[in-house]
Amino acid sequence: MEIVPINQISPDQVIFFQWGWIVINATLVYTWLVMALIVIGSVLITRNISPGRTISRWQNALEIILSSVRFEIRQISKDGADSYFSFIGTLFLFILFSNILTVIPGYVAPTSALSTTSALAVLVFFAVPLFGITKQGLIEYIKEYFRPNFIFFPFHVMGEFSRTLALAVRLFGNLMSHEKVIAILLAVTPLFFPVVMQALGLIIGLIQAYIFAILAMVYIASASQAHEEAGHNENNSK
Amino acid sequence: MDSVSIVAAASIIAAAICMCIGAIGPALGQGRAVHSALSSIAQQPDERNSLTRTLFVGLAMIESIAIYCFVISMILVFANPFWGYIIKRAGG
Repeated sequence: MEIVPINQISPDQVIFFQWGWIVINATLVYTWLVMALIVIGSVLITRNISPGRTISRWQNALEIILSSVRFEIRQISKDGADSYFSFIGTLFLFILFSNILTVIPGYVAPTSALSTTSALAVLVFFAVPLFGITKQGLIEYIKEYFRPNFIFFPFHVMGEFSRTLALAVRLFGNLMSHEKVIAILLAVTPLFFPVVMQALGLIIGLIQAYIFAILAMVYIASASQAHEEAGHNENNSK
Repeated sequence: MDSVSIVAAASIIAAAICMCIGAIGPALGQGRAVHSALSSIAQQPDERNSLTRTLFVGLAMIESIAIYCFVISMILVFANPFWGYIIKRAGG
């Protein structure tokens, strides 16, 4: 079942329903599907959790995911991991589920549309100063832009924008290229190789979700504790 | 050769050149990164977690350059911005 035709590169162009200026395209539909799946699944699993020794299989799976995400965040941020946990964990789970559900026929990953990935990258773009200001105050955060001296201010600003662009285009490019490769392989050798590429796509989806979450965490951590590290280095050099 | 086929041929050739040259640099860079990460893991297996994480982040950074080239070739082939202009010129 082919949702996105081979000569279109975005599920934004597949329109299911249009009424006036309200356009429901494939990206919206599948984004809401993934969100509903995550929310309903989590509600169903956490409805009867138990702190005892015997826990259900689903609770075990959920605990493994959450504790590994929290462990990774704690590895990077060193302190206050729980304040980043909800944001980074949500990003990771959403991208992970929308990536690995591509093995289901008829599903198009919403992350293979540039609009979804740009929205996620813009979230990270605004979360970085938000966490930075709450962690170290407005004055200290703005001072970071003028470090080591004021000449570096435009480069810091350019870096903010270019890394946001890189986040969006990286996720979009990986997922979109994966779908295009599978579509082309289906046209050329329809028997065996698309299955192998789908299996590879599971790994790609997992790694891209991991990279997106880790990079967002690294950016946030560098904005909220750069000053402390700089101070440490100065102390060490003295 | 009319202008439509010139644009088509130029787009396809440009996409191919962009992809093939744009893949060389990141491939060399990723090879070097994986090489030094593997030898570091072989020397210090205890630091595997942080080494692997840094390796993945670095690979993502390097890979994004190849992804830019890929997106540009995809735009040239599938969503060429010059098509509309040329077809309007040719039709009108």
